[in-house]
Amino acid sequence: MMISNGIEDEEKWLAEGMAGIQHNAFYLHRALDSNNLREALKYSALLLSELRTSRLSPHKYYELYMRAFDELRRLEMFFKDENRHGCSVVDLYELVQHAGNILPRLYLLCTVGSVYIKSKEAPAKDVLKDLVEMCRGVQHPIRGLFLRSYLAQISRDELPDIASEYESEGDTFMDAVEFVLQNFAEMNKLWVRMQHQGPLREREKLDKERNELRDLVGKNLHVLSQIEGVDLEIYRDTVLPRVLEQVVNCKDELAQYYLMDCIIQVFPDEYHLQTLETLLGACPQLQSAVDIKTVLSRLMERLSNYAASSPEVLPEFLQVEAFTKLSNAIGKVIEAQVDMPIVGAITLYVSLLTFTLHVHPDRLDYVDQVLGECVKKLSGKAKLQDSRVTKQVVALLSAPLEKYNDIVTALTLSNYPRVMDHLDAATNKVMAMVIIQSIMKNNTCVSTSDKVEVLFELIKGLIKDIEGTSTDELDEEDFKEEQNSVARLMHMLYNDDPEEMLKIINTVWKHIMAGGPKRLPFTVPPLVFSTLKLVRRLQVQDGDVAGEEVPATPKKIFQILNQIIEALSVVPSPELALRLYLQCAEAANDCDLEPVAYEFFTQAFVLYEEEVADSKAQVTAIHLIIGTLQRMNVFGIENRDTLTHKATGYSAKLLKKPDQCRAVYACSHLFWVDDQDGIKDGERVLLCLKRSLRIANAAQQMVNVTRGSSGPVTLFVEILNKYLYFFEKGSPQITGAAIQGLIELIKTEMQSDSTTSNPASDAFFASTLRYIRFQKQKGGVMGEKYDPIKL
Amino acid sequence: MVLVLALGDLHIPHRASDLPPKFKSMLVPGKIQHIICTGNLSIKEVHDYLKTVCPDLHIARGEYDEETRYPETKTLTIGQFKLGVCHGHQVIPWGDLDSLAMLQRQLDVDILVTGHTHQFTAYKHEAGVVINPGSATGSYSSITYDVNPSFVLMDIDGLRVVVYVYELIDGEVKVDKIDFKKTTGSNT
Repeated sequence: MMISNGIEDEEKWLAEGMAGIQHNAFYLHRALDSNNLREALKYSALLLSELRTSRLSPHKYYELYMRAFDELRRLEMFFKDENRHGCSVVDLYELVQHAGNILPRLYLLCTVGSVYIKSKEAPAKDVLKDLVEMCRGVQHPIRGLFLRSYLAQISRDELPDIASEYESEGDTFMDAVEFVLQNFAEMNKLWVRMQHQGPLREREKLDKERNELRDLVGKNLHVLSQIEGVDLEIYRDTVLPRVLEQVVNCKDELAQYYLMDCIIQVFPDEYHLQTLETLLGACPQLQSAVDIKTVLSRLMERLSNYAASSPEVLPEFLQVEAFTKLSNAIGKVIEAQVDMPIVGAITLYVSLLTFTLHVHPDRLDYVDQVLGECVKKLSGKAKLQDSRVTKQVVALLSAPLEKYNDIVTALTLSNYPRVMDHLDAATNKVMAMVIIQSIMKNNTCVSTSDKVEVLFELIKGLIKDIEGTSTDELDEEDFKEEQNSVARLMHMLYNDDPEEMLKIINTVWKHIMAGGPKRLPFTVPPLVFSTLKLVRRLQVQDGDVAGEEVPATPKKIFQILNQIIEALSVVPSPELALRLYLQCAEAANDCDLEPVAYEFFTQAFVLYEEEVADSKAQVTAIHLIIGTLQRMNVFGIENRDTLTHKATGYSAKLLKKPDQCRAVYACSHLFWVDDQDGIKDGERVLLCLKRSLRIANAAQQMVNVTRGSSGPVTLFVEILNKYLYFFEKGSPQITGAAIQGLIELIKTEMQSDSTTSNPASDAFFASTLRYIRFQKQKGGVMGEKYDPIKL
Repeated sequence: MVLVLALGDLHIPHRASDLPPKFKSMLVPGKIQHIICTGNLSIKEVHDYLKTVCPDLHIARGEYDEETRYPETKTLTIGQFKLGVCHGHQVIPWGDLDSLAMLQRQLDVDILVTGHTHQFTAYKHEAGVVINPGSATGSYSSITYDVNPSFVLMDIDGLRVVVYVYELIDGEVKVDKIDFKKTTGSNT
């Protein structure tokens, strides 16, 4: 209730003040209309008396001030025109000093003063000096600040600047500078004093009110920056030292923070660059509660943008050793402000890093130096837990990646991994992901084993379990995503030189081996395929290294592959391992290494026998085995026989009859390979097909028993198609008569009452018959061959 | 006019890190009505990506697919055409046209799309077409050497289908066009 009353009261007081101004303005206008100077002075003084209130907050006072300001403009117009009042400006300047109260008197004096300067009847500097001193008469902070703000406002266009009409021999821009500096100093004092104006418990409200007034003070700095005469020299020797003196000496954190920022924002970048030492020198002298990191960050941001604006300014940065100065200043600030939280220090380093990345992109040593400073700051501390700090550290580590778009550059920074070590496990992983994404996005190739070593050290949080962290709590989706990222990353580790590539592979293997059974299924396949690509390259370019001692031979690489895939057996991940063994077998086949290929096949079979238990998985696995084996040409008769025998044996042992049937007829292709003359064994093809036919029959009977009706004839049609296949290939054991018999069998089956009709198998049979018809009509050799078959 | 994207054997992340950026920039959402995928994506992230290109996604299971619920074969009808998709590792000898033709008869489709060999092929066979879109990432294959990344766009319009093959050769996308017409009544 108290507060709401307070606000209501203020509204009331403001309304009263406004009414007072309104009332007197009416008479003032009448006096001006009738050119009555005496009346005009009387009512303007009365009007201005309303500004004597001390009951209003700055915000409300401002409204009142603006209202009065409008009236003063009219009055000024009147004063300017001597014909209207018949009084010289000199006399006028004397006359207004008779006003009874000091505040109206000074407002009037300033108003006439402005006219006085314009009339050039007295040197501008004298008038300005007079006014700025006279204003000392008002020491109430709010009233004084607004009065001086009025003075600054009306004198703005009349400062004796270079090339201005108010410049003369006795009036130089230095007088203007002096005037503004003095007004600034006085205003700052009033502003700072404001904090002692109320009880301590209203401190927060006071600070808020003071903040509302800060731009009145800052305006002076803006005016200074606009004075043409203030060149670098004047700024460096006069303006900046005088302003900083006020800033430092006022010992007020609110003022110091605002004014430092104001200096940085209003004066040109090149001045800052040339006066860095002075400006930075003030920082450690500021009150400890001042948010220097924001001030410095803004300064560095401005300088970065300045550097980016034109390449021509870069030599300036080098000449003044901007980086070293900033770096030292930051060091001193951190040292001076013992209470500064870590997040503040790191934020400062992020700014410095951003600065150097912008300004000195070629100076990696600077980047490393900044990271080194961070390590110093972080060392001796436990792993970071504060999320604000880790966020800043991530920003720190991400900045070089974004700048260089190239992880390889970051890998040369010795302090980079040391900073990463200070991150907690979760953030460390986040950062590792950022690194991987940077590599992916920029398509960066990491091309030496040394770099791979450093890289894997950086992302070790993803590669293995870090001590003290539990993997049980991991979100499975997140884990998968992370491991898949690592898998993708492996394709970016590449070198054209086989020797170096082999080193890279060994390095990767060394690291991922430590990843444990949860990670291996993700990391092993990409490594295997990366290695197989190397084998392929060596295989293509073989021949030119005969007799020499070369470490990177396919044979040696296959040994490594064997170890790598074997690691999956502890996971266990037999299905994946089986696929990879088969891939290796085929690669060994292409390298003409029979024993190696045989070894891989053996491994695949062992896994099939001992580890692949799921019947569906068995079906896929056996097809992959048959498909691969069908393509192998390296095996001698004995080895081939062993393997094909195994394959057909396992095919016939699948759980479901239809699966058995299909696998067995697929095996027929192991005995008849189009482009291998040695492998055209029609007898065994026929054995396979007959065997599959028997299984199809058995399957049909089983369905009959269990369901009381025959199953679809699909299997028979499939076998018929296989007959046609080998018939066309010219296998003498596959005869037209056999095909004819099979067609009749299918027809009978389909017409049998017990057979369930099945549109899919009907269509299959129909399209097969259509195909036979098509072949018959084709004419030529094929047509002749098909001729005996009657449909 | 219906645009059907056919692709497969991406093998991400086992054999490739990602689709080529040039392909990604071509495969913008909203242009394609159906996707037929021959499998071996191999992970969910790729599935999700394809869904963003076109939500009507038909996938057959490859032997490296993480998702085991994809079917071995799948058929669908688009306009006048019946299409079938199968990864192809089940059809031995791998990539053999005559054996694939048998699968085509079995599925009773006009267009059969298969993968596994990483080699783009398109054959007119009897009354239908057998297409292999190759590997969209150009990934390693034990069957095919020097694999270029490729995919296929089918423009189905009435009884006509135009097959566009996009192949990435030395960093440049080359497009080839093959025209097929369905003879009416050849298939029920």
